[in-house]
Amino acid sequence: MPTLLFDGIAYGMLLFVLSLGLAVTMGLMNFINLAHGAFAMAGGYVLVLLMQRAGWPFLACLPAAFVATALAGALLERTLYRPMYGKPHLDQVLFSIGLTFMSVAAVDFFVGSQQQIVQLPEMFKHRFEFGSGPWMLGMGAYRLFIIALCVVLALSLQALLARTRFGSRLRAAVDDPRVAAGLGIPVDRVFLLTFAFGSGLAGLGGALGADILGLDPSFPLKYMVYFLIVCAVGGTSSITGPLVAALVLGIADVMGKYYVPKLGAFIVYALMIAILLWRPQGLFTREGRR
Amino acid sequence: MSAAERLRAPARWRAWEIALWVVIWGAQFGFAGHAALVNEIAILALFALSLDLILGYAGIVSLGHAAYFGTGAYVAALFAKHVMPDPLVGLAVGTLAGALLGLLTSPMIVRGSDLTRLMVTMGVALVLYELANKFDNITGGADGLQGVVMGPLIVPFVGRFDFDLGARTASFYSLGVLFGAFLLLRRIVHSPLGISLQALRDNRLRLAAIGLSVNGRLAAVYTLGAALAGTAGALLAQTTGFASLDVFDFHRSADVMLALVVGGVGWLWGGIIGAIAFKLMHDLLSAFTPQYWTFWIGLFLVALMLLGRERLLRPWTWWRR
Repeated sequence: MPTLLFDGIAYGMLLFVLSLGLAVTMGLMNFINLAHGAFAMAGGYVLVLLMQRAGWPFLACLPAAFVATALAGALLERTLYRPMYGKPHLDQVLFSIGLTFMSVAAVDFFVGSQQQIVQLPEMFKHRFEFGSGPWMLGMGAYRLFIIALCVVLALSLQALLARTRFGSRLRAAVDDPRVAAGLGIPVDRVFLLTFAFGSGLAGLGGALGADILGLDPSFPLKYMVYFLIVCAVGGTSSITGPLVAALVLGIADVMGKYYVPKLGAFIVYALMIAILLWRPQGLFTREGRR
Repeated sequence: MSAAERLRAPARWRAWEIALWVVIWGAQFGFAGHAALVNEIAILALFALSLDLILGYAGIVSLGHAAYFGTGAYVAALFAKHVMPDPLVGLAVGTLAGALLGLLTSPMIVRGSDLTRLMVTMGVALVLYELANKFDNITGGADGLQGVVMGPLIVPFVGRFDFDLGARTASFYSLGVLFGAFLLLRRIVHSPLGISLQALRDNRLRLAAIGLSVNGRLAAVYTLGAALAGTAGALLAQTTGFASLDVFDFHRSADVMLALVVGGVGWLWGGIIGAIAFKLMHDLLSAFTPQYWTFWIGLFLVALMLLGRERLLRPWTWWRR
């Protein structure tokens, strides 16, 4: 039981890092980006290809995955995404589905459709065990590493948002882009940086999760719903909302799949509908935005 | 032209509309060899029409319309297998099932933002997918529901037709249902209900201010759209004699939206033209590159959205900025 809880927390933390970029883009530009999973997949493939073809060590590949997807995100934001901001939501949805289809087929073409296997370094294969019987707590070293990394990331992001000049500009732009622009905040540039950073985080999450979530070309479609659930349920106006939503989702998913294997996904979706009926704007939002 | 005439003008049949239907029926009699393709196109067109009612006329963005399509398909298949093999009765039952589910789920789509609606509609389809997967003793699970044998189609005063392998009967059946649905919808969208729906899409607040019930009208149109999606699903199950989990799949909801957008949202011909264009494009692309055709569909979507989807059907605006 504690082992499952632990695995659920690790899974939830991973989902949080993966979907944070999506939450920020949705909150900032009111843009529904279904192609977010494509960035996560790109990060995963950067890691796998660097390890397999170039022989890089695992830990060096993680920053590389972040940087590569952040650059790709910045490039796409400047060229493709920016003209779509003012368009209706239907157009944004179709545009990003189109991008997702392209990324799936492109990865299939260049790398192949097989499941990719990540060779974790030896130090992550260890497993700590405490207690015995049903209350035994088993913690895989790799999952501990993920939780630690994600906690550090979440704390530093919170500090970035709350304490720095960039953070206050970003929050101002989220609250009201027009007034922020009127005050001389370069909203375009703030958004470019945020989009790139969010894509980078997704890439990092994809690289971290390649071992746990699995990595094949259908990744963006398979996990799209999960990222969207985190954003819709958690709300897009703070970091806490997506964090709590991701943890709940991760724990519910792991527990559900263990105790009622055939109904696991059903529980997650039904719970999401129920929460959205109860609070259509998400659990942790101030009332009356947009 | 008096005011009353001007208001009625959009509801009049145009010469090109009649001509198009003559061409469609003519093609059906002319190209007997492509009956299976015609059947698929007619079903997709009906499905797209039902989405157009919801998306184009009422402005509800739905990524889970396959929920009603799949319900119609499974109910029609189970009805034919266990109760009665008559296709017309089965079609009515499938339609009713779609309508019932639509009525039950319509309170979910009246609140919240576009994102909430997107997630709830998608969630309904996902939940049904999981349920169909779970109760595999009824639905056949991942293997699909097999052994559906349809009885002959008995049209009063015309005769009886057996469903054959060449899909000749099936294509006439589907096209006939599509034609009937088109006539019905054409009547509805030009009725006061249809006009109030367009008003609702453009400005909800004003519709409420002139004393019309926004939620009631949303529920009505959503139920109607769900019923027609159920009809389309029932047609698919009946003409192929098969229903599988695939009918609830996400790609079905995405495909129908794509077809509708290609044809144009917000007018009834959009669904039909879009279905024809989408199926032909699909056939051409998958003949050209069977494994990677989704790449080109994706590229087409991205380009279409960047250039503006309303321009596709208006070639005279292509070179204007």
